[in-house]
Amino acid sequence: MAEVRISGLHKYYGPVHALKGLDLTVADGEFAVFVGPSGCGKSTLLRTIAGLEEQDGGEIRIGGQVVNDMRPRDRNIAMVFQNYALYPYLTVYDNIAFGLRARKVGEAEIKKRVDDAAGMLGIASLLERFPRQLSGGQRQRVAIGRAIVRQAQLFLFDEPLSNLDAKLRDEMRGEMKRLHRNISTTMIYVTHDQVEAMTLADRIVLLRDGRIEQQGTPLELFERPATGFVASFLGSPSINLIPARLVKRDQAVAVLLESGEVLELPDERARGLEGYTERAVTFGIRPQHLSRAGRGTAPSGSARITATADLIQPTGTRTYVTSRIGGVPVTAELDAHDVHEQGIVLDYAVDMSRCLLIDPATDKVI
Amino acid sequence: MRAAGTRHKRGKLVLRLAVATVVTLIFLFPVYWLFMISFKTPDEIFHVPPLWVPGKIQFSNYWVLFRDGDVVAIWNSLVVAGISSAMAMLLGTFCAYSLARFNTGGENLAMWIISQRMIPPIAVVFPIFLIYVYFGMVDTYAGLILLYTAFNLPYVIWMMRGYIVDIPLELEESALVDGCTRWQTFWRVVFPMARSGLMATAVFTFVFAWNDFLFALILTRTEVITFPVMLTHYFGGQSNFWSKIAAMSVLGTIPIFIAVTLMQRYLVRGISLGAVKG
Repeated sequence: MAEVRISGLHKYYGPVHALKGLDLTVADGEFAVFVGPSGCGKSTLLRTIAGLEEQDGGEIRIGGQVVNDMRPRDRNIAMVFQNYALYPYLTVYDNIAFGLRARKVGEAEIKKRVDDAAGMLGIASLLERFPRQLSGGQRQRVAIGRAIVRQAQLFLFDEPLSNLDAKLRDEMRGEMKRLHRNISTTMIYVTHDQVEAMTLADRIVLLRDGRIEQQGTPLELFERPATGFVASFLGSPSINLIPARLVKRDQAVAVLLESGEVLELPDERARGLEGYTERAVTFGIRPQHLSRAGRGTAPSGSARITATADLIQPTGTRTYVTSRIGGVPVTAELDAHDVHEQGIVLDYAVDMSRCLLIDPATDKVI
Repeated sequence: MRAAGTRHKRGKLVLRLAVATVVTLIFLFPVYWLFMISFKTPDEIFHVPPLWVPGKIQFSNYWVLFRDGDVVAIWNSLVVAGISSAMAMLLGTFCAYSLARFNTGGENLAMWIISQRMIPPIAVVFPIFLIYVYFGMVDTYAGLILLYTAFNLPYVIWMMRGYIVDIPLELEESALVDGCTRWQTFWRVVFPMARSGLMATAVFTFVFAWNDFLFALILTRTEVITFPVMLTHYFGGQSNFWSKIAAMSVLGTIPIFIAVTLMQRYLVRGISLGAVKG
């Protein structure tokens, strides 16, 4: 159990500045997820915390102790790798016991810990097998088991589920969460998958280009993104971003799309926006905040817009309908039975109270 | 139609087997002949027409080698080849690890090292002889061991670097995080992972030292004569001791048989299957 405190962390790979002065605290017992597009520095950050990469500046504290110059083995951490990193010449039992033997733990204690972990992960019957005799999901459980028995103060996961197929990944995601609840050790988890980030995290740390773009609870980041980048990274299907202008209409502030439609903002949403009128903005609206007008109850403060359904993608529960609005393709998430045929003209209700307005010059949410 | 196709296929197979058998016989015949001579009496060796099999298997040709103490040459070869390969493997594997994992010497050092192996031995044998005379290392175990170690090192480094580079880095990183030092990681992860490569390379270095004639000829006198050099003593101006040549050659071939058998077993790779997704 330990808090991780990082300040002013820099890392270079030759001329590439991979981490640009990161400050970050992961609280004791927290499940933190580092997420971001590839090349954002999330794996580098994790590996630097593990001590597998040396930092070029800044400080890392684990459990109050500065670990800058400590070898990985002295940091009392456990790590699970994307490709499992199981030793092919050892049985499952010996794989799980590997770290304990390296630390000279007694065989009786090893047996107890391995059996406990294997029971928790449902691999007790596989202990005598070799890794090549296991499925992908089983291998990943063994890798997690090897981390659990260490009883380390910090767990690091480097994209542990990305080699699994979709169904297994869903299942293992649930197990990861249960695992954290059971052992409540501080965990840092790296992924590029926003669904994993949203579902697992106590706190998401979204990285972009070697810097922290935003951090907070999953819902904070989803509902109150600081930038257009955060807004478009989280959420599936991703948020619609439509170039527009902010204009004054009568007493109200409204969004004027390039195709000429005017979408009026409700008063409480328009507050504080006076300074932005007559300026270019990016109008952001999530697919689930578009609905078919006249079906069910449209939220108050909704604006209306008409568009043709160009593309219909049913998922069973919801149906994604793509139309051209304001010159760009816009996806709406509708009820499964709302739309059936391509080409029909739809009347959308746009929930303007939930929209985002982004300054295109700075990418900041207004 | 189908029957004709099958017949055609079977005909091809028979032809292929026939050709393979003929080629194998051609290649195996000298080995067979060598073994047969070693069991023949002098009369049988020079018999016209040649005898395909000796009248009876007798070991007097071998017994003579033991009686005269000539077999010490086999022992010398075993000592020199065995110790020098072990040393080359140990040193070379560490060097290879350093090149593979720490990129020691940048991009070109590995290439430069293997290029040392390509020097024609004859170009350096006389300078080495003079140096050895100066240091009193001619006709000593240490002299030959040192030389074969040095000559095998580039090969070991080159081969082992390739094997080590193929080991997934995560296996080592996982061991480092789990509590191993670099040394422990080397022994507990790299060594078992590269085992088949190690064995195969070791066989080759052993064979090189075992078969070397040039250096052994020039750097030995009486004390540490190796088996190839001993063999040349049986070729005389007046006559050749065919029985001794054959018996000694058989003795010298047996370790290589063993080595090749080992190699076959270890060259079958696939031990790394299951380490990572695959």
